[in-house]
Amino acid sequence: MTDSSVSQPNFFEVKKGLFSWIFSLDHKRIGLLYLYSVGSFFLVGAALGVLMRLELFNPGADLIEAKTYNQVFTLHGVIMIFLFIIPSIPAVFGNFFLPIMLGTDDVAFPRLNLLSWWLYVLGALFALSTLVFGDGPADTGWTFYAPYSVKTGTNVSMSVLAAFILGFSSILTGLNFIVTIHRLRAPGMGFNQMPLFAWALYATSWIQLLATPIIGITLLMIVAERMLGIGLFDPSIGGDPILYQHLFWIYSHPAVYIMALPAMGIVSEIIPTFAQRTIFGYKAIAYSSLAIAFVGYFVWGHHMFTSGMSGPAAYIFSILTFFVAIPTSIKVFNWLATMYKGSINVQVPLLYAVAFIFNFLIGGLTGLVVGALAADVHLHDTYFVVGHFHYVMFGGTGFAFFGALHYWYPKIWGKMYNKLIANIAFAILFIGFNTLYFPMLILGIKGMPRRYYDYLPEFHTLNQISTVGSWILIIGLLLMIFNLFKGYFSKQKAPANPWNGITLEWQTQSPPTLYNFDKAPELVEGGPYNYPNAMKG
Amino acid sequence: MEHSFVLPNSGHTYDAKASKLGMWLFLYTELLLFGGLFIVYMVYRSLNPDAFLMASLNLNVWMGTVNTVVLLTSSMTVAMSITAIQLGNSKLSLKLLLITVFAAVVFLVIKYFEWGAKIEHGLWPGMEHFGSLSHGEQLYFYLYFFMTGLHGLHVIVGMIFIVVVMNKIKKGSINKDKNQLLENSGLYWHLVDLIWIYLFPLFYLIH
Repeated sequence: MTDSSVSQPNFFEVKKGLFSWIFSLDHKRIGLLYLYSVGSFFLVGAALGVLMRLELFNPGADLIEAKTYNQVFTLHGVIMIFLFIIPSIPAVFGNFFLPIMLGTDDVAFPRLNLLSWWLYVLGALFALSTLVFGDGPADTGWTFYAPYSVKTGTNVSMSVLAAFILGFSSILTGLNFIVTIHRLRAPGMGFNQMPLFAWALYATSWIQLLATPIIGITLLMIVAERMLGIGLFDPSIGGDPILYQHLFWIYSHPAVYIMALPAMGIVSEIIPTFAQRTIFGYKAIAYSSLAIAFVGYFVWGHHMFTSGMSGPAAYIFSILTFFVAIPTSIKVFNWLATMYKGSINVQVPLLYAVAFIFNFLIGGLTGLVVGALAADVHLHDTYFVVGHFHYVMFGGTGFAFFGALHYWYPKIWGKMYNKLIANIAFAILFIGFNTLYFPMLILGIKGMPRRYYDYLPEFHTLNQISTVGSWILIIGLLLMIFNLFKGYFSKQKAPANPWNGITLEWQTQSPPTLYNFDKAPELVEGGPYNYPNAMKG
Repeated sequence: MEHSFVLPNSGHTYDAKASKLGMWLFLYTELLLFGGLFIVYMVYRSLNPDAFLMASLNLNVWMGTVNTVVLLTSSMTVAMSITAIQLGNSKLSLKLLLITVFAAVVFLVIKYFEWGAKIEHGLWPGMEHFGSLSHGEQLYFYLYFFMTGLHGLHVIVGMIFIVVVMNKIKKGSINKDKNQLLENSGLYWHLVDLIWIYLFPLFYLIH
């Protein structure tokens, strides 16, 4: 590391104090604001998850009763989906690294960026206010299905408004990223010279932009029904609850790809860096993100096979669902091909990326099982579905999030965590995760329905295994967090480029300066992953 | 801290094209917001064609027509104000924007009387007369109040946007060379207009 690059103060040192953070226009600080808020809510959501697993350790209501259980899983879902996964990778790492990776000094609309964080905070306050005001948090499940969401006495209105506000925040982030990618790429960086993380965010942003308004208006209709008596989904006057489900899933299925695509972008960054070679099939990975975003828009009906749908509609939704598997597997094969004959350096981020592939594979394949019409009739609303989407969301996106945290940690804070402890924490997390969720797949096939505080005695053993898994998982999680905090307080500085990466963020000093670059960034010739020392052939 | 080096592709410099692109993207989201309502309208109308027809006879086509003309005119004046400022005539631009805001107020006042008449006739959800309507007619009025109400909110937001822009023109921060914000407010106003162009036939004219 040269000394000249240390002459500038980094973005932490430029200004100090609370206000310099919460009113900051710097994309890096806003990214970290998101990290701290998103991370806190993740821990709250995880605690609620552990609470549910504890209740399910034995059959019967021995810890919490039915209604409380319903409220707990609803709050768990609302927090994990709207406050953690949707903003997680785009708002944290997208904000921090997208401008740097494009070779610029900020997003296109810095003030809008700050506004979207404030909207996030406001939405979070709305969601949490249900704990204090009204008759307790919603007990509808995070899907807020009508007509129950309109009839229940719990405080659905506030939860729904929270989701509306958070959706607005998500739209503004997506809008900002699209314009940033179109207008602020470094001179000489065409779309096909962008890092794949930027491609993934680009596809994600379009979904955020084009899907979120639909749920926005749908949720407003729920609020109008509860507050003004405008009963658009009230079956007693001919309103159609199935129509609500359609409108809900028109957003919420694409939202699954808002959660998954950025994670795939992370994996596409980590793998070439630790294999030290060009990514295999750059364009295939880049365009398959767009393909997933596009096809993903037309598959929402597969959430409703048992709700009442015409035969032809069900066939079409099922076939389209299978189509999504194609671009997804294109990515997986390309990642594997990238590692093949690479000079692989096994570090923590790579382990998380490989774990992502493993978990996502199980999540994806079980997704095809429930996407098939005949199988879905049996498996719908069972623990199989719960297992499936936790494999995709937590095993996939969650692990990619942790991987990104370990990958960019030295860049963000200029320090390094203890690699041995990080490896141990990863192993515990991985084992805990699979112990927690794999039994759910079996329980679902055996017929245990989801969303009940109670179950039949024959499901006892598998539920106990699953609950023990949740304890292992939490130990791994706490160890990981402890290790990251410990690294922050260590005296040893990390080098500017500890992994020998060649995307633009590794050309900046660690932590980056306020304007990221003090000279024009140098693009790598022949694409963003063209490693000069890679073995040929 | 003095920043010596500025990137050619900096995010901190004025970029009219970025601003315009951002506005268009935002307009897509607005269209989709109403798009969800149009789907609901389509489904319920196809399920209750006769009831929707009956209910629509309660609306005052004259008031709707006048409002359409008012909004279309205001769309024209906002477009003219953009041309005026591009030609360097800020004063004319301000006058034209003032007419636009005036038209918006007229629109809202007419809307107020329309809604007022409906409520007087007991057509607001929960009122006695409303309860005697058929299910399809009730759905029609739910949609009528929800969609025109949401549109009315957009008129108010658009007005505020234009007033903010007028203030900036007065201060000179929007001028001949730097007027993207004015154009964005114009785009937004056209959207408000466009949505009304669809609401008007859907609720007043289809027979």
